[in-house]
Amino acid sequence: MNGIRRSVWMGVLAPIALLTLMAVWAAPLLWAAITSLKPELQAAAQPIVWLPHPATLESFRSVLTTGNLPNWYLNSVISSVIITVVTLILSAAAAYAFSQLHFPGRNLLFWFSLVGFMLPFEALLVPLYRLMNNLHTINTLAGIILPQLVSPIAIFVFRQFFDQIPKEFREAAVMDGATELRIMRSVFVPLSANIIWALAIVTFIGAWNNFLWPFIVTNSPEQMTIPVGLTQVQSAYGLHYAQTMAVAILSGLPVILAYLLFQRRVTEGFLSASGLKG
Amino acid sequence: MTVARTSKQVKVRKSAPTVWGPVILLLLPFLAVYLLFFIWPALQTIALSFTNSGLTQTGKFVGMANFKTLIGDASFWDSLKHTAYFAVLTVIPLTAIGMVLALLTVSGGRLRRIAQAVFFIPYVLPVSVATLIWQWVLNPNLGVINAATGSQTAWFSDPNLAMPAVAAVTVWWTVGFNMLLFLAGLQNISRETYEAAELDGASGLDVFRYITWPALWPTTALVMTLQLVGSFKIFSQVYLLTGGGPFDSTRVVLEYMYDTAFTNTDAGYASAIAVAFFVAILLLTLIQTRLLNRRET
Repeated sequence: MNGIRRSVWMGVLAPIALLTLMAVWAAPLLWAAITSLKPELQAAAQPIVWLPHPATLESFRSVLTTGNLPNWYLNSVISSVIITVVTLILSAAAAYAFSQLHFPGRNLLFWFSLVGFMLPFEALLVPLYRLMNNLHTINTLAGIILPQLVSPIAIFVFRQFFDQIPKEFREAAVMDGATELRIMRSVFVPLSANIIWALAIVTFIGAWNNFLWPFIVTNSPEQMTIPVGLTQVQSAYGLHYAQTMAVAILSGLPVILAYLLFQRRVTEGFLSASGLKG
Repeated sequence: MTVARTSKQVKVRKSAPTVWGPVILLLLPFLAVYLLFFIWPALQTIALSFTNSGLTQTGKFVGMANFKTLIGDASFWDSLKHTAYFAVLTVIPLTAIGMVLALLTVSGGRLRRIAQAVFFIPYVLPVSVATLIWQWVLNPNLGVINAATGSQTAWFSDPNLAMPAVAAVTVWWTVGFNMLLFLAGLQNISRETYEAAELDGASGLDVFRYITWPALWPTTALVMTLQLVGSFKIFSQVYLLTGGGPFDSTRVVLEYMYDTAFTNTDAGYASAIAVAFFVAILLLTLIQTRLLNRRET
């Protein structure tokens, strides 16, 4: 790329275009941050006040101490962590069986497990709601969590990864008398630490951000997760724009931090989940 | 490990009877959850579509009645049109902008890492954070965009602007993922190819036309098909930004299904819509798989 970068296009126009687009993409988030730091009256002032003076954390203080935000946070943290851990365990176990064990109907069962790829979750909302109603799990964490534990993509990625591990690893352990569960735990899982972390972060972000299902299964404000709770913000905090933006920032912060801290792994995770990289 | 031991193992494995214990132990938890929360609801959707069930009560078998109604239901066809309109407004822009952002990002030198983060961060935000921020930015009276341009435009409540506005928010929110796919595609083009092209005196435009574009074509096809299927699943942004309005002008298929099931509590009819939706997605997915398989051969 070195030589090309020297040309006029690459040297002048591209950086200008890049900086402009970066500004466009960052601007809404910056404006939200600026608004959240304003005293409430300034946020809605006309003519517009561009910078907060004085900058204040008052909006953050009040949304964290009144209303349901702490509840939503707790629900989101609990459900996302459980979903991530359980999904990875279920998927890794199933993928191990599909990859390393030999039993009649293995391939058929594997493809059957991947049919989930083809089924749009959206088409299942009504029966899932009825099922949850019958199980008395509407407005509960269990109701939020249960349908989110299946991830055909995770099984697919894990199996691809396990398939690449030399057969001798398992065979040697079998000779030594180790059980399959033990082999999986102490040979396959440590070897797949990278892909597990990548999938864990991606699953966590997905669970944290999931809107549709928690939105369907919860209607009492205390039981909502953050993305669903935000639909209540206008009624909960009224037309308080600084507070609304403070809530938006606080809700996005955990996933933004997760991304910035683990940028490489997140990228890797999203790419393997899209099937482009194994 | 000796060769003898390995070959002995192969023989043992081939002749050994299946040990079912570990298979069941490892597969059962996943299969139980999968059957109960995936396959069973899928079958239920089909079963319900032949009934006049309410949201929680099970109704009577009504044969094809729901589907007959669906075919003559102008609201349903309108919702399909709105969905197709959303697809038209997003599929190509999301692909093209994703590619442009990736190309600019790799040429960004020291800016590369930060540019990638700036474009990708919106994608990791919950949908309701994205819509809350844009509702504020595009607020008709107090929003920063109208204030800066001296306009009074009501972006989400003008029937002509609502869907384009939803599409624009969607592009901002999700294009980072496409950029990521294009960045991965660009990594497959070797530096030597570019250097050779430059030695031959190729212009920047030539390089793009004869090297970058053909090399990126598989990614482009992938992104476009993913985007096409994705656009038919649009619901959350529409629901949060416009609620399907104004005058139903943004009521997409899933919004119509949601309204039918959870507002009108007509689960039977909603399931018929879901089945039609599923068939549409299936067709799009099959086309997608066809295209992607062709890419690999």
